[in-house]
Amino acid sequence: MHLYKLNHIRQLESESIHIFREVAAQFENPVLMFSGGKDSITMARLAQKAFWPGNIPFPFLHVDTGHNFDETIEFRDQLMDDLGVELIVAHVQDMIDSGKVKEPKGPNPSRNKLQIPTLLHALEEHGFDAAFGGARRDEEKARAKERFFSHRDEFGQWDPKNQRPELWNLYNGRKNQGEHFRVFPLSNWTEMDVWQYIAAEDIDIPSLYLAHTRDVVEREGTYLAKSQFITLSEEEEYEEKKIRFRTIGDMTCTGAFQSDADTIPQIIEEVASARITERGNRTDDKKAEAAMEERKKQGYF
Amino acid sequence: MSTDKNEAQKYLDMDLLRFTTAGSVDDGKSTLIGRLLYDSKSIFDDQMEKIEESSRKKGDEYTNLALLTDGLSAEREQGITIDVAYRYFSTPNRKFIIADTPGHVQYTRNMVTGASTANLAVILVDARNGVIEQTCRHSFIASLLGIKHVVLCVNKMDLVDYSEERFNEIRNEFKTFSSKLDIPDIHYIPISALYGDNVVDKSDNMPWYGGATLLYTLENVQVDSDYNHVDSRFPVQWVTRPQSTEYPDYRGYAGQVAGGVFKPGDEIIALPSGFTSKIDQIQTFEQDEQEAFSPMSITMTLEDDIDISRGDMIAKPDNQPTVGQDIEMMVCWLNKESLDPNGKYAIKHTTKEARCIVKEVKYKVNINTLHRVEGDKEIGLNDIGRIKIRTTKPLFYDSYKRNRKTGSIILIDEYTNETVGAGMIL
Repeated sequence: MHLYKLNHIRQLESESIHIFREVAAQFENPVLMFSGGKDSITMARLAQKAFWPGNIPFPFLHVDTGHNFDETIEFRDQLMDDLGVELIVAHVQDMIDSGKVKEPKGPNPSRNKLQIPTLLHALEEHGFDAAFGGARRDEEKARAKERFFSHRDEFGQWDPKNQRPELWNLYNGRKNQGEHFRVFPLSNWTEMDVWQYIAAEDIDIPSLYLAHTRDVVEREGTYLAKSQFITLSEEEEYEEKKIRFRTIGDMTCTGAFQSDADTIPQIIEEVASARITERGNRTDDKKAEAAMEERKKQGYF
Repeated sequence: MSTDKNEAQKYLDMDLLRFTTAGSVDDGKSTLIGRLLYDSKSIFDDQMEKIEESSRKKGDEYTNLALLTDGLSAEREQGITIDVAYRYFSTPNRKFIIADTPGHVQYTRNMVTGASTANLAVILVDARNGVIEQTCRHSFIASLLGIKHVVLCVNKMDLVDYSEERFNEIRNEFKTFSSKLDIPDIHYIPISALYGDNVVDKSDNMPWYGGATLLYTLENVQVDSDYNHVDSRFPVQWVTRPQSTEYPDYRGYAGQVAGGVFKPGDEIIALPSGFTSKIDQIQTFEQDEQEAFSPMSITMTLEDDIDISRGDMIAKPDNQPTVGQDIEMMVCWLNKESLDPNGKYAIKHTTKEARCIVKEVKYKVNINTLHRVEGDKEIGLNDIGRIKIRTTKPLFYDSYKRNRKTGSIILIDEYTNETVGAGMIL
């Protein structure tokens, strides 16, 4: 008997492609929020597949804190060229310069919070009515109940108590003027699934994800890369370590860990045996247990 | 390097099971899920540290595994789960997506939502209480939503001295009840979520039980044949027209196969136009496929240039869906505002959007007894009833029983835009 069987990665892929097409059909002006991390790179591939042999019918948006790894930006620009999509960069620095937001004080200010107003400003300015994000439900407890189509009110806020029920593969993107949606095609993927997909599809990723030697400082149990954006305290000093990053974001709060995994299969092995979550290395999530939920309510990715 | 590749390959051969768990806090559902995640090593150290700390703060005597699955802070304060939460874990052969739903009657809509995408339902009963109203409700919803596999976990066996007699009693009770339902595959497992008996590891306390553990059952239940591979249905989601120099005249129909099998060369009919043609190519990204089946997302091209747009349906001339505007269905109501018995709603069915008017409320079901409710036809939040609607455009549908994708429909309030009803076409 002939078996009609799709492995788990292809099932997840199909579900995500379905979402991409659904958004392109239901919304006037979607945009893909691109951070340069592996999840947004995976999204870029899925979007490419969804509309092939046509082009991706929406631009990408990068919210830039200004604290970037050089590798991320190089990689981003190359990918945009390859895909032939338009890239819009929303700079946190512009928001600071125009007085719309204030940079936090202190020796090691995080610009994480400033991403929220920058993003909302960019969405409004360009009139985007749907923004794809690469968030996954397995990342953090507050995300476990997030929908694929997540409704935001005119202030960009998420109301966890008033989410629309989402049944079968029928997605309701209807909205009033001024409201928009966040859409998460990778909702059902785990960190492991993303890596397996990258391996199966042979997708290029920034070298930051692979083990390399770098000057780092140990802070709050994680290693932060040496950069002009970090001020060392008197007790701290840079040391050279073989490390890799599990997530890629703002340099001031994206932590690395010691690793020898310098191929994708080795990363998969490492993820399989990992004992802490990938966000466990992000100092921004450590501040409070409900940190993520708070930021989501305000309109974080 | 080559062994690395093999290791990576191993993960790619896994399949996927989506299941739902229904039960109240008292049944130990959260503990059971916590146990599955913990024993399958899906819980990370930093997550564990957080719950250990939370447990300490709350003054719990032991680390409360149930805290792993309580997401939102409002819920944490109340100590109950009020929405569908999705959890993920895997074993070497299979990935699992759990739709964790609350069990109280006021959360029927959440159960229905969780069940809508599940292949299997885990239903918990407390060994001390046996089959109660809630068990019947969960089973009815699983059956109504077309779930073909149910695992009845008789939990808290430790509190009935691991009694075989008690387990058999509950099993027989459930067998009698479930004969009224439409669930072809039912498993019965005596467990203790708190101590882990028969969850991941076989229990030493119940040598009389010769069956499989819960995890083994979840790993081995066959679900591929649950998809409809008989009636070919392809709702057109998006028309791909690159108009590029490389593909100047390309016209592809993109979508997710909702049933049956499509192959190049197959004769097809497009609805509503009724034009026929043959499939030229079936493609995924830069690759030609020999066949497409549910739930693959593909793009197909046809030999003839016929007019097809989003919301249309491609099927086979000798096996077509029902085409109609008068539709009867079971509906689960999801909104605080009751169903308006003469109301107009927006609807979504496959990739089609239309409007409908409610023509008749036939009856409301008592979801605990499955009896019809006499003299009360108000379909309010969490109610399930049978209604008749008329749509503004013809829909191309099958009965929900035959095909979950072409038999499901959602009703949307045209003013608030909220999804208010979940319909299963009869």
